[in-house]
Amino acid sequence: MGFIWEGLQQAVYLLLSGNEEVWGITILSLRISGLATLISLVIGLPGGTYLALRRFRGRSFSLSLINTGMALPPVVVGLFVSIFLWRSGPLGGWRLMYTPTAIVIAQTIIAAPIVAGLTAAALQQLDPRLQLQLLGLGASRWQMIAALWQEARLPLLAGLMAGFGSVISEVGASMMVGGNIRHQTRVLTTATVLETSRGDFGMAIALGVILLLLAYLVNMGLTWIQQRGAKD
Amino acid sequence: MDYLIEARDLKVKRGGKTVLDLDNLGVQKGQVLAVIGPNGAGKSTLLLALSRLIKPSGGQIFFAGKPIEDESALTYRRRIALVLQEALLLDTTVFNNAAAGLKFRRIPRQEIRQRVGEWLFRLGVEHLKDRKASSLSGGEAQRVSLARALTLEPDLLLLDEPFSALDAPTRSRLLYDFHNLLVETGITTVFVTHDLDEALLLGDQVGVLLGGNLRQLGPPQKVFSAPKDRDVAAFVGVETVLAGTVVDAREGQLVVDVDGLKLEAVGDLTAGQAVMLCLRPEDITLWPDGYESSKTGFPLSSARNRIHGRIERIAPQGPLVRVQVDCGFHLAALVTRTSLQDLDLSVGKSVSATFKASAVHLIPR
Repeated sequence: MGFIWEGLQQAVYLLLSGNEEVWGITILSLRISGLATLISLVIGLPGGTYLALRRFRGRSFSLSLINTGMALPPVVVGLFVSIFLWRSGPLGGWRLMYTPTAIVIAQTIIAAPIVAGLTAAALQQLDPRLQLQLLGLGASRWQMIAALWQEARLPLLAGLMAGFGSVISEVGASMMVGGNIRHQTRVLTTATVLETSRGDFGMAIALGVILLLLAYLVNMGLTWIQQRGAKD
Repeated sequence: MDYLIEARDLKVKRGGKTVLDLDNLGVQKGQVLAVIGPNGAGKSTLLLALSRLIKPSGGQIFFAGKPIEDESALTYRRRIALVLQEALLLDTTVFNNAAAGLKFRRIPRQEIRQRVGEWLFRLGVEHLKDRKASSLSGGEAQRVSLARALTLEPDLLLLDEPFSALDAPTRSRLLYDFHNLLVETGITTVFVTHDLDEALLLGDQVGVLLGGNLRQLGPPQKVFSAPKDRDVAAFVGVETVLAGTVVDAREGQLVVDVDGLKLEAVGDLTAGQAVMLCLRPEDITLWPDGYESSKTGFPLSSARNRIHGRIERIAPQGPLVRVQVDCGFHLAALVTRTSLQDLDLSVGKSVSATFKASAVHLIPR
């Protein structure tokens, strides 16, 4: 059982000594998942807003698709992105397989439905007459949407954090389309898998602690948002 | 006539059903039109159509004589201001709420501050300006909502039952203040309500909207005292409505036969004309039994009509009491509580009811 104690000691040392490997992986993870979340916001916020405010044929079908998308298994996303980016696949010419870009693509596909779905839900929770009220006060269509976003800012932020939380902790797709290549596509989750399988528990625990810390920060943010919402 | 806003043959369909079908509705500049009607009569639909927030399926709306489609929806909507039943304030400070419409119009910050301050003051909520909107009471919130519309100094103010969600004392105070503001500013207003008192207080003109149709449009006293048809009469509270026939007409003095009962009325009708006879409960005077049989009889008075009956129901109505008398038909009378006690009126008692010929309102059929 001594290896557990040794592993913990080593993990503390790795974290505190600013080990280049550990921090390199962490920063790469944050950059990839941060970028994927940002792109998801750019897609999901307008998309979710459109779904929430517009009445069009196929709207509930689209909403059901988005809701399914919110629960997409990362390995399935990994599979589809791999098929497309494979050397002989439809987008093989782009030579993106096993690059950080491939992970960003896969994580965006995971996070965008979450951001879109939670955006739609957040806006649908607002009183529908608020739209009439804003237009009746002279708001343009864009001013109205901006005011609705402002009004739903807390649940929207929660949606964004949920998107980030889902991709930072996702392992299947990153492994499949990134390939866990050292200094290139090795992120916190894939590295943890690797170090654990190698029996290098010190490294694995150190990486796990960072992941946990990130997950904690996200959830602390979510809790804070919920509490603020409840106070009003 | 010069109308600021006028709707002609306006029709609105919702879900394939026509919910609004007006011949003509116009509001002159500076006037307040109160549109009354029960729930589901199409009042909100009318306001939304006038705000260009729903598309009519037919007819046309004119603003200052021009079809409203002549300018963009946004330009048009920036001439008006809409206030809904719920205050629907944004999750920010009172000041920011009141400033919302001005910000949409990109008014300079300095001017916003001055105008918002002025209107919050005029509505008596200036001291709340840094408070969060979510911490306001219902009455305060509705005052802020009104301030938010009035800071825009709109050409046309559209109000959808803005007082109906408030408790009675709050409502009457706000109604009083708002009435003064309307008189001071002279803003042309279309005001929708199911409350007759609000319409009487605020309206220069009253329109009665029933089942999507504008049944009557005119000065309040006219609409309330002389409803055009039976449905309007029932809605504006003329409770006793009887069918009869004019049997005698001489120089405007009429005798109407109601199931053998001869009642006197006034009006420009001819003998043989079938009519609906309307009586307002507050125009009925009740007499305790005894006059009929006593030697002296009724004292001389100008009340030309006298009916005998038996009290069948007594129900309080605000400070008054509504007494329903069975005289072969149901006659409703409003008396004070004191009268009720002094005359010792109770269910089953015989009474006489008198009313003047001029209190009878006739609607030709």
